[in-house]
Amino acid sequence: MQSPDPLAAPAATADPSPPLLDVAGFSKSFAGFVALDGVNFTLRHGEIHALLGENGAGKSTLIKAMTGVVQRDGGTLHLEGEEIAPRSAAEALKAGIATVYQEVNLAPNLSVAQNLFLGRQPTRFGLVREREMRRRAEALLYEFGLAIDVGAPLESYSVAIQHIVAIARAVDQSARVLILDEPTASLDAHEVEVLFAVMRQLTARGIGIVFVTHFLDQVYAVCDRITVLRNGRLAGTAPIAALPRIELVKLMLGRELSRATSARPMASAASVEPPVAVFEGYGKAGYVAPFDLSLHAGHVVGLAGLLGSGRTETVRLVFGAEKADCGTARAGEGAVAVGSPREAMRLGFGYCPEERKTEGIVAELSVRENIVLALQARRGPLRPLSRREQDEIAAKFIRLLDIRPPDPSRPIGLLSGGNQQKALLARWLATVPRLLILDEPTRGIDVGAHAEIIKLIRDLCAEGMAMLVVSSELEELVTYADEVVVLRDRAHVARLRGEEISVPSILAAIAEAPASAALPA
Amino acid sequence: MKRSPAASLLARLMPVLATTAVFIAGFLICSAAYPNFASLRVVMNLLTDNAFLGIVAVGMTFVIISGGIDLSVGSVIGFTTVFLALAIERWGFPPLLAFLVILAVCAIFGAAMGAVIQYFELPPFIVTLAGMFLARGVSFLLSTESIPITADLYSHLADHAVRLGGGARLTVPAMIMLAVVLGGMVLLHLTRFGANVYALGGSRTATGLMGINVPRTTVAIYTLSSVLAGLAGIVFSLYTSSGYSLSAVGVELDAIAAVVIGGTLLSGGYGFVFGSFLGVLIQGLIQTYISFDGSLSSWWAKIATGLLLFAFIAFQQLTLHLARRPRRRPRLATAGAAP
Repeated sequence: MQSPDPLAAPAATADPSPPLLDVAGFSKSFAGFVALDGVNFTLRHGEIHALLGENGAGKSTLIKAMTGVVQRDGGTLHLEGEEIAPRSAAEALKAGIATVYQEVNLAPNLSVAQNLFLGRQPTRFGLVREREMRRRAEALLYEFGLAIDVGAPLESYSVAIQHIVAIARAVDQSARVLILDEPTASLDAHEVEVLFAVMRQLTARGIGIVFVTHFLDQVYAVCDRITVLRNGRLAGTAPIAALPRIELVKLMLGRELSRATSARPMASAASVEPPVAVFEGYGKAGYVAPFDLSLHAGHVVGLAGLLGSGRTETVRLVFGAEKADCGTARAGEGAVAVGSPREAMRLGFGYCPEERKTEGIVAELSVRENIVLALQARRGPLRPLSRREQDEIAAKFIRLLDIRPPDPSRPIGLLSGGNQQKALLARWLATVPRLLILDEPTRGIDVGAHAEIIKLIRDLCAEGMAMLVVSSELEELVTYADEVVVLRDRAHVARLRGEEISVPSILAAIAEAPASAALPA
Repeated sequence: MKRSPAASLLARLMPVLATTAVFIAGFLICSAAYPNFASLRVVMNLLTDNAFLGIVAVGMTFVIISGGIDLSVGSVIGFTTVFLALAIERWGFPPLLAFLVILAVCAIFGAAMGAVIQYFELPPFIVTLAGMFLARGVSFLLSTESIPITADLYSHLADHAVRLGGGARLTVPAMIMLAVVLGGMVLLHLTRFGANVYALGGSRTATGLMGINVPRTTVAIYTLSSVLAGLAGIVFSLYTSSGYSLSAVGVELDAIAAVVIGGTLLSGGYGFVFGSFLGVLIQGLIQTYISFDGSLSSWWAKIATGLLLFAFIAFQQLTLHLARRPRRRPRLATAGAAP
């Protein structure tokens, strides 16, 4: 079923020995949404295999299906040639597949030694032999290059050490397959190196590692092969040497260089318009490197980059959802502080977050209540909107944005994704913002709604609103952005304007290897 | 670069050491105020008078460390005393058989609460609150009067005590409590089960992912708490030689106070059985002080307990805050420099 993929076939035939782990034709749907569609995946003995893909590509579903956390609808799983069907993480662990998640799943209050041996501590007459347990814990961690006090509580150590403890526990329970789900997300460069050393050491013992990460540099630093998922399907599998950076980015984003540039009008007037907001040297240590950004009325600035590259982080800083620790912000005449969303709203900023479900809509409230939420918040509790005003506003936006069904009293949770997104847009439009920030406005909504949202963005812009849009849909960005800022590893690395904006130029900027091979610090 | 094990041990023991210091200070203050306070006899009476509270506090320590709460223990004590009085006086059970039966009943009761908490994913607060009303209601159903227990074993056990001189007597209830405290310490601090209890309080999901049988552990914890409440009920009936459906009202709150004063974190994951024992003794000390004084209203005991609770909770937050300060950078170097 994956035959059209040229990259997968040669990789599979190149190795004659039976794979350590063989996933064949995994499928999984959640309430009609296809999360995995006939995905094949093989892991060899002693290899580090990167599993990559953007949000919603199916990485975590694949991992959960392999470890029995979710039950797959179809497909087979073989571990060293033997078919297995784990029904829980514990069963997968027993079979030899261990997962270490980004949030370390250990008991932070217990000692390191207890965490390593919980449930299988050495005992005599029913009592735990503390000294023996500590001795074994020290010996075990020594293999991983750690010489720490194993009697101290786990939480007194850094996340990196906690990860290594989790890995040591898994390996000591005879795990043959180790799945590392974004273990490096909260580590600094040195800690990443320590973790990589541990990973390489494990592969020398024949253990296979599935490595999920957002950091392409890390993929090229430590992995042997890469598998890319996109929209629940296998996009390709290849040895690292056969997949240059730019090809990898194309696989992840699903873009071909040929379908490229759209002739776009040069937005000449935009730069003449006074800026709505200007950020200079704005940033936060360990979050986003300092950046300059100026947002003009009638001007769309797009943020492009891979997942985890710092796009959402940038807009959260701009909206004050996260506090910057350097740089200045100016809105209108003078310098302003954007230390909280309240202050941002007072300046006329609006923000539609990416996580519609958790950060945007209040599912139980009606469409009307969701729409007037931000406007009411800005007016304050002492000046409530009358029911008639609320009805008017809701009716106006339902008509304007064509929200369906056009019933303002319906709980918003019952609407489709596209209509929820429109209602969220309406919430901010009702406040008549001067700057509207959209994070993945077209994520998870159907094609028709897609086009409508894009048209809306253009119309709003034409009416003189400044916009800042995060999107993984590069073609969309190309159609409406006047300026595209490319991010990589939590820094703004390129700025494309007017005619420079095209899908290939954005891809090239994303994929470009950093000048130094340094990891994000 | 290792942090010395002694230092880390000290950090963990900090709350218990604070409780010990408060107990010693309190004892010294009482002794200074009343010359005949500092005697073995007063200490032994302290143990006897608070034996039932000490026993439930041990069970409560397990429950709270696992991240739960058990509001039913006071009612279980009341139910136990009524059941014993009826079984021995009216139904003609030999006392020892009555003890066994009531402990079994309590075990089933606790296991049921644990199972409901686990399988219906309900908060322990609500489930044990229901258990509290249920047990109290059933004891009223059995009898609304105070029934004296006149069995030989009761008068025999009341007389039986180790005489320590100076009028000091180590009574049977005190001995049972000390044994439960010791047993609880061993079970909590030295067994796999005890480690699982701490792990549950640290992170319930992680404990499950580490392959620990979470349902079994949860049921075991509430069973233990109810059985100890039943044992406390037996001790209470020995102490009062009667059974009454209104006995031990509010004891669950005294037990929770003792556990918290003893340095156990209400949110779970941290604590010691010995601390809860000291917490019980501190509450007893306040009571004793008031009875020595004679003129103070007994409500002052509640006020003092309340103030102590506030002080200890504030102290815990402070030490937790200090203990959880990130120590990333120095740790790092350790990892990198190792072979």
